[in-house]
Amino acid sequence: MTARADTTAQELLRLGGVTVRFGASGRPALDVVDLDVTAHEIVCVLGPSGSGKSTLLRVVAGLQQADAGQVLLEGRDQSGVPTHRRGVGLMFQDHQLFPQRDVAGNVAFGLRMRRSSRADQERTVAELLDLVGLPGAQRRAVASLSGGEQQRVALARALAPRPRLLMLDEPLGQLDRGLRERLVVELRRLFHELGTTVLAVTHDQGEAFALADRVVVMQDGKIAQTGTPLEVWQRPATEFVARFLGFDNVVEATVQGDAAVTPWGKVPVPYGTLDGPCRLLVRPASVRLTPVPEGLPCTVAARTFRGTHVALLLQPTGGPQVEAACALRDAPEVGQRVGIAFAARDVVVLDAAA
Amino acid sequence: MAVPLAFFALFFAYPVVAIVGRGLKDGGQWQLGRFGAVLSDPDVVHVLWFTVWQAAASTGLTLLIALPGAYVFARFDFPGKQLLRAVVAVPFVLPTVVVGSAFLALVGRGGLLDDLWGVRLDTSVWAILLAHVFFNYAVVVRTVGGLWGQLDPRQEEAARVLGAGRFAAWRRVTLPALGPAVAAAALMVFLFTFTSFGVVQILGGPTFSTLEVEIYRQTADFLDLPTAAVLTMIQFVAVLGVLALHAWTVRRRESALRLVNAAQTARRPRGGGQWALLWGTLAVITVLLIVPLVVLVERSFAGPDGYGAVFYEALRSAAAADSTFAVAPLDALWNSLAYGAAATVIALVVGGLAAAALTLPQLRRGPSGRTPVISRFVRGFDVLLMLPLGVSAVTVGFGFLITLDKPPLDLRSSWWLVPLAQALVGVPFVVRTMLPVLRAVDGRLREAAAVLGASPWRVWREVDLPMVRRALLIAAGFAFAVSLGEFGATVFIARPDRPTLPVAVARLLGRAGELNYGQAMALSTILMVVCAGALLVLERIRPIDQSGEF
Repeated sequence: MTARADTTAQELLRLGGVTVRFGASGRPALDVVDLDVTAHEIVCVLGPSGSGKSTLLRVVAGLQQADAGQVLLEGRDQSGVPTHRRGVGLMFQDHQLFPQRDVAGNVAFGLRMRRSSRADQERTVAELLDLVGLPGAQRRAVASLSGGEQQRVALARALAPRPRLLMLDEPLGQLDRGLRERLVVELRRLFHELGTTVLAVTHDQGEAFALADRVVVMQDGKIAQTGTPLEVWQRPATEFVARFLGFDNVVEATVQGDAAVTPWGKVPVPYGTLDGPCRLLVRPASVRLTPVPEGLPCTVAARTFRGTHVALLLQPTGGPQVEAACALRDAPEVGQRVGIAFAARDVVVLDAAA
Repeated sequence: MAVPLAFFALFFAYPVVAIVGRGLKDGGQWQLGRFGAVLSDPDVVHVLWFTVWQAAASTGLTLLIALPGAYVFARFDFPGKQLLRAVVAVPFVLPTVVVGSAFLALVGRGGLLDDLWGVRLDTSVWAILLAHVFFNYAVVVRTVGGLWGQLDPRQEEAARVLGAGRFAAWRRVTLPALGPAVAAAALMVFLFTFTSFGVVQILGGPTFSTLEVEIYRQTADFLDLPTAAVLTMIQFVAVLGVLALHAWTVRRRESALRLVNAAQTARRPRGGGQWALLWGTLAVITVLLIVPLVVLVERSFAGPDGYGAVFYEALRSAAAADSTFAVAPLDALWNSLAYGAAATVIALVVGGLAAAALTLPQLRRGPSGRTPVISRFVRGFDVLLMLPLGVSAVTVGFGFLITLDKPPLDLRSSWWLVPLAQALVGVPFVVRTMLPVLRAVDGRLREAAAVLGASPWRVWREVDLPMVRRALLIAAGFAFAVSLGEFGATVFIARPDRPTLPVAVARLLGRAGELNYGQAMALSTILMVVCAGALLVLERIRPIDQSGEF
């Protein structure tokens, strides 16, 4: 892994204009996708099901032929290179462990394919099983493993041949919440320790944000936004991204100076926002409850207890519903009348084009 | 793909085309008018009609009787199951001539039923139908039962929990999953009975005759090659039609199945109904399959001076069998074993490659479902592989003789001629047994192996092969068995000093005298024992489970 330090600046994976179409008609599963992944980087592709994320991985692995565009690994064009010569790893969504082999047989599979010595295989298997927290599981039957254990074996199997790029398809999709949160932390630590380059896809934003150095949001086979988890979370580029992240307070607005005119009245916008029509995201955190006469009058339509706070759904007298967050102690009851005011801090101007 | 194609082109298409051409060509001109002449013959029409309806009736009857048996073998655990499974397969590998004789001894004039109750069936079509059931019981039990045992019973349980009754759950969940296997079994039975030769020849007498019998009569008795060629073509087209129909019905139903270890799904029967089913099946097997075999064994020991091994001792010397044999009849045993082993290897290689080639495009196709040209071609190939089952073995054997006798393909004196012809019949079994299981392997497992660095060949070896090992063994058993029992083609091409068991039996049966008849029965008994032994060995070999791979 250290040998690659001098090539860090270069893209390990580069997709150029990759397009995949299923069937003659209809929209493409991947629509002219450009994506670079630098060595040692962890990139997470985030998107709803059907957005083309899995197809993306299959194209890189060579399991799916691209109709147009290029896949470059370490600068070399991969068209015509069959899957087994690409030197990438792929962890399948449902693991796809070989049922007729035991744990060691699964983990050592990739090593056997590269004709490692028996001793090497045994050592690597033992090391990896230690690493994923299943020491001594070599002889266990795959069928006897729990979901979480299968997950770890699948990971060890994908890591064993030291792929130059490790791809994960919904890596934690089928696990229960507690295990998931623990594994995300473990995985991130592990990948950084090993210096593994990772391309993962998921529909779970929590997973993506916790795991990734960089997040790529996909919509209908196109890349909607790329950035660090913080960037994407703080400044969703489009209405689609904002809504996918769970923000529903998006309205038509016209910016004039330091405020925007919206169906909810005037909403302050961050300094330096250009004048003109746009879509505006108002985060629930920027919605402040006030006494009725001081703000926009609303009726509480619903309240949901979220553990750390209470989510409120408010119906103003005019305009669409507003989502707000407040502490449990201050939360009004359903049907109660409240006033709301907006703070500029958590207001985001979205791409006018979207 | 290239190997199976070349194999079929050279050893199947070429001989058959050559012999048909010889029959239908006159001075370089095709004489297609002969079709009309032959088809307007009322005798031929009668033969055609009988061939079709007796095949349909035999298939229906076999399914009716054997499907409960398939269930019993798949789901129940009982003492002696292994042995019984092998016993059930024995009739299938017996030479048709012997099966005919055994039934004649059972239901014919002076037969067991005649002696006991004065019942005779040899003048009715029932003898033929029962002999066909006797023959093909194993086909249904093996093909359907093999898959049935590997179906996850929890699928049915899921349906029960959702409110389906016991029968509804079976009909809605298990039956559709079994569909392809049932269709495959039914197709095989239909083909076998459609082209039935030995059984009909002996039990049918002058009244009942199938196409294959008619082809043999025209070729061997009347040397009327043109009529034989026309009949061969008719049989060929009919078989092609059946195969196409089958491919069409199977294609819309084959799906990825959840397969589990068959040993885990079988349990001791519980409750009166299940015990009754088990005993009923055992009774059917006893009456229909074991009694004829016992009669056969009894005949082989019933010497002129009471019971004894007289006939067996006579087998050891060439002299005792007068001038029929240049060698001792017992040598036929070693010939058969060697030919059978070689034919099995050829059939497994050719059939295995073909089955692998037939499943590969699914891997290449991916979820998009494109490449229609390739898949259409592959489907055609699928049907082609089944053809040897339906084309007259007599024609193939005779075709071998007239085509493979000139350089560079002068195989007439080659030892390999017989195994090649026998493998031709074995390949369809290998393909048919392996294809459903191969197609049921989850494609993503193959992808997982490919991503881990396995080449396509390695993927097949590492993923498909371990999963189909059991199917492969069953296929090997079938291929070996049909090679041992193959008669129609072998009788034409086996050299006089190297007869196989069935050929020796037929020669002995063809000669008058109690000694010859007794020796035939003795040789048949030996053949039966060899087949039962081979099948029992296969039954014992189990797939190595989870931990044993390396």
